[in-house]
Amino acid sequence: MNVPSDLQYTEEHEWVRKDGDDVVTIGITAFAAEQLGAVVYVELPAEGDTFAKGDSVGQVESTKSVSDIYAPLSGTVVEINAELEDNPELINAGPYEGGWLFKLRAEAAGEFAELMGPDEYADHTADG
Amino acid sequence: MSDSPEHAMRRTPLYAEHIRAGGQMVPFAGFEMPVQYKGAGLEVEHNATRTAAGLFDVSHMGEVVVQGPGATALVDALVTADVRGLDEGAATYALLCHPNGGVVDDLYVYRLGAERYLLVINASNIEKDVAHMRAHCAEPARIENRSDDFAQIALQGPAAAAILDAVAPGEATGLPRNQIRVHDFEGASLLVATTGYTGEAGYEIYTPPAVAEALWRALLRAGEPSGLRPVGLGARDTLRLEMAYALYGHELRDDINPYEARVGWAVKLDGRSFVGSDALARIKAEGAARRLCGLRMIDRGIARAGYPVLHEGVAVGEVTSGTQSPTLGAPIAVALLPRALSKIGTEVAVDVRGRSRRAVVTGLPFLKR
Repeated sequence: MNVPSDLQYTEEHEWVRKDGDDVVTIGITAFAAEQLGAVVYVELPAEGDTFAKGDSVGQVESTKSVSDIYAPLSGTVVEINAELEDNPELINAGPYEGGWLFKLRAEAAGEFAELMGPDEYADHTADG
Repeated sequence: MSDSPEHAMRRTPLYAEHIRAGGQMVPFAGFEMPVQYKGAGLEVEHNATRTAAGLFDVSHMGEVVVQGPGATALVDALVTADVRGLDEGAATYALLCHPNGGVVDDLYVYRLGAERYLLVINASNIEKDVAHMRAHCAEPARIENRSDDFAQIALQGPAAAAILDAVAPGEATGLPRNQIRVHDFEGASLLVATTGYTGEAGYEIYTPPAVAEALWRALLRAGEPSGLRPVGLGARDTLRLEMAYALYGHELRDDINPYEARVGWAVKLDGRSFVGSDALARIKAEGAARRLCGLRMIDRGIARAGYPVLHEGVAVGEVTSGTQSPTLGAPIAVALLPRALSKIGTEVAVDVRGRSRRAVVTGLPFLKR
């Protein structure tokens, strides 16, 4: 399973990349994309929305199921991947690249350190 | 779909084949069943069935046999279809109903001989159906639950006939829908029916569990050049929903009657007496208060089972099934609505996780075949 070493991860199979001091990019992992199957619809939050860590912020839907997207950190949405509205298949084609979901300005710097590292996440997916 | 992970999951005789093929196993009606196969996936499996052929393990389905003197009268008193008028070797869709007309289950009735019937029922309802049939049968011991004596493989799609011919040729191959014949396979007798749940031509094959694995492999090998694929429960659901075939627990329930569920055509009253016939005659005369309707979305979003349907801001019904149609590339849904709102073209809204999304009532099925 593809688990890039430069990202942090959550138990809900999302990845988090630090872009700057307090802005992070968020997506779902290759493992999550494969489990879901072809993504046919994405519901993203709006720019400016504020969430606490663990809040449901939207959904990713495949033909057979709906999966919640959670805020991996507390913060404010600063950008969304608007291309996913018409091209949700970008998530399957490149979950770590063109399939990114949204960017968040993190509120609490300490929360980033609580995320899983790549090795821990690889173990997590091996457990199912 | 119902699941009960707290109970020990059962496996069909084809479990090892699913694992070998990369099946993602999920609990369904007490069985571990493949929802899709790695390397293919729901859409690929769905499209293979529409354009070539799909192979489905439906061994979890229940089989009930009623045979011997008087079997015709016993079955005829239980189901909505007119069994007396069924030719030997023919099959009919039917319903089991409660005395109040609510649907206990939907089933297929195969007349194997003059006084010999195979009744195929939903996996999730086996115990309920057998208890219901015995409770309403003059000779309860005649209702034989033979579910463990049959595995079932469905072979569906435009290439199905050629594939079956290569593996287990026989009379059923050229027959129209709703027939059943005995074919030989490696010394075993298969019951091959020209029935299915996909909208494509094809077969449902009832086989002794001991030869199920050999049959499955032989069909896959024979069908591979023409594009045959194993198909999981995910595509089984999208294929049936494009055709608006009812799924028990969704379109059919104890609290939904056949006229509401648009399967009134499977109820043959004509002076017959069966469980529920009095109530059904009354409901038919009065007209059903609710109707299952097709919905297509006007706004973005996918209406799914259980989502409320709104009219002028008020909840008026519920989505019974909904998905993204792989063939149409758009969301489709079926909803139970008041009759006044069931006219094609009526605009309603679906509460999609708290957001109101506009939809329009459409005709069924979604796909013409």
